[in-house]
Amino acid sequence: MTERNLRKSNRRVTGWLSLWVVGMFGFGYALVPLYSVFCEITGLNGKSATLSEVSAAPLTIDKSRTVTVEFTVNVSGIPWRVDRPETVRLNVHPGEATTVIYEAHSLVDAMTAGQAVPSVTPAKAARHFRKTECFCFTRQELVGGESKLMPVTFVVDPKLPAEVKTITLSYEVYPANENLTNSS
Amino acid sequence: MTTAVADHHHDEVPKGITRWLFTTNHKDIGTLYLWFSFIMFLVGGAMALVIRAELFMPGLQVVNPHFYNQMVTVHALVMIFGAVMPGFVGFANWMLPMMVGAPDMALPRMNNWSFWLLPFATTLLIASLFVPGGGPAAGWTIYPPLSIQGGMGVDLTIFTIHILGMSSILGAINIIATILNMRAPGMTLMKMPLFVWTWVITAFLLIAAMPVLAGAVTMLLTDRHFGTAFFSAAGGGDPVMFQHIFWFFGHPEVYILILPAFGIISQVIPTFARKPLFGYSSMVFATAAIAFLSFIVWAHHMYTVGMPLSGELFFMYSTMLIAIPTGVKVFNWLATMWRGSMTFETPMLYAIATVALFTVGGLTGLMMAITPADFQYHDTYFIVAHFHYVIFCGSVLAMFSGVYYWLPKWTGHMYDETLGKVHFWLTVISFNITFFPQHFLGFAGMPRRIPDYSLQFAEFNMVSSIGGFILGFSQLILLWVVIKSIRGGKKATAEVWDNPEGLEWTVPSPAPYHTFATAPEVR
Repeated sequence: MTERNLRKSNRRVTGWLSLWVVGMFGFGYALVPLYSVFCEITGLNGKSATLSEVSAAPLTIDKSRTVTVEFTVNVSGIPWRVDRPETVRLNVHPGEATTVIYEAHSLVDAMTAGQAVPSVTPAKAARHFRKTECFCFTRQELVGGESKLMPVTFVVDPKLPAEVKTITLSYEVYPANENLTNSS
Repeated sequence: MTTAVADHHHDEVPKGITRWLFTTNHKDIGTLYLWFSFIMFLVGGAMALVIRAELFMPGLQVVNPHFYNQMVTVHALVMIFGAVMPGFVGFANWMLPMMVGAPDMALPRMNNWSFWLLPFATTLLIASLFVPGGGPAAGWTIYPPLSIQGGMGVDLTIFTIHILGMSSILGAINIIATILNMRAPGMTLMKMPLFVWTWVITAFLLIAAMPVLAGAVTMLLTDRHFGTAFFSAAGGGDPVMFQHIFWFFGHPEVYILILPAFGIISQVIPTFARKPLFGYSSMVFATAAIAFLSFIVWAHHMYTVGMPLSGELFFMYSTMLIAIPTGVKVFNWLATMWRGSMTFETPMLYAIATVALFTVGGLTGLMMAITPADFQYHDTYFIVAHFHYVIFCGSVLAMFSGVYYWLPKWTGHMYDETLGKVHFWLTVISFNITFFPQHFLGFAGMPRRIPDYSLQFAEFNMVSSIGGFILGFSQLILLWVVIKSIRGGKKATAEVWDNPEGLEWTVPSPAPYHTFATAPEVR
């Protein structure tokens, strides 16, 4: 190889490899939506079905089967007390719409904002657990001493695997940061 | 093969500190890399001794738990990114151009830059130990949410990883360009020495994996300071996703640490067995197969996060598949030694120890690949024992082998064989005293990254700490051997060993400042 060809060739290799580096950096970011989509399809990580899916088609109620739904909530890093629904454990038929009410109380005088992140266990039940009305992922504001009712309406899809007898719906309430964007 | 005639008016070596600051000579940069790697090896080793001192007895004696966790984290980062990776790049710089018959690396000025990024990066990392809140203490895997909650030290670590990543990407581009464009006439791809082959594959792994890590830590940084919520559950992010992205980098990374080591011992074993390497082309393909598999096995590091059964099965089988190309390599090395006229100089001793002890680490790896078994081993001392068998006995012992093998070529003097053997036996025996008992500790359930432990673990930990201190201080012998060989000793011939194969043995020892200004002819 002559000196000139070598320089050209080196530049070409460097160019291609740099492009690859940039591409892999982007791929690292692309993994975030890819995993999210993957989790939503498979219901892994307790990501439950989205709202739009529910309103689409009404489900037939399967009276022959009863599923126990349990409710729990935790508060983390925000001066709130959140009460779980009065009936902590509820027996429902798949396909039947049920509403339960959580209640949040602010424990300080100032205005505070929180946000609840839901999770459904077991993972294989997650995509069959559909919430129609939900305070999750939306910013909730409480002024000093205020209380607020936070209703959740849900339907258990009759396609829920037969071995699932109990489903747990859990919320973790975090302070809502002004800047927090919602990545999912 | 012909002996290259050095271009004489180019052969004067620049003097003073500027020689090292501005050098574009691959041998100078290789030397810088190797010294840097050795210094980091001692720094990281000192941190390991802090850990072992604390674990000498149950209870808290030497350091507080937070500092202990910082030591665990920074020891790992320093060893992986400061000692092992730059060490292999040092070997690549010194040896690759000579092995392929090139006058220098393809992009010499970039080469200088990729080295000089390193001291700044590691300074940042060490400095993180002294900022308020201390250094990173979440383990080298810097999993959120802990790493999101850490202090300023975590930010410094993130920048360190950015700079180190940049340095290794630049180094990798340089190595690929050199190997693709600068080979001597007649040096076809399948005639390249195996060290060159393993490095070109490693360089591709680096280019594919390091940017993903850079992305992951950047997301961590924006989560910490700019209100994004990739990993923070409060904003709807997912901490487990970090683990997926991290190990998508992390598993190729462990092969980045081991493949060049395979290359070095594939050079050393044929020389001292006085037989050509058995199964050259199968070695090349096995290396490529390992590299490919490394990208589809990442979740075996996270069996316990709660994956579906099908996922665990997939990652279990794909992980066990890696044993096949690795087995091909081990059997090829054994077949190379089979009925060879073997002699046991220090490089060969280290190469044999690498094969034997790396295989121990490989077998424990296979044990952990089995999902249900891994539920027991996960995050115990068993995994600490496993990866020290793999990374210390695989990578570091192979580097020692390479140092003793090429030292006469670098300095022009033979090293002290007696001291070399003392270094070898002390290292190998004390290594096993240190890490073999950790298998038992792990089985018995001792968790890692915790400064205190239950009383029933006391004896094995004491044994392990004693071994650790012998292992640590034995490394000063290597320093002594290297300095002694630089200052003088028996003159080395061009060939150094008994009829070794490779272009690097056709140039005089020490290798002149410029070699192969005219490309050699390869048969």
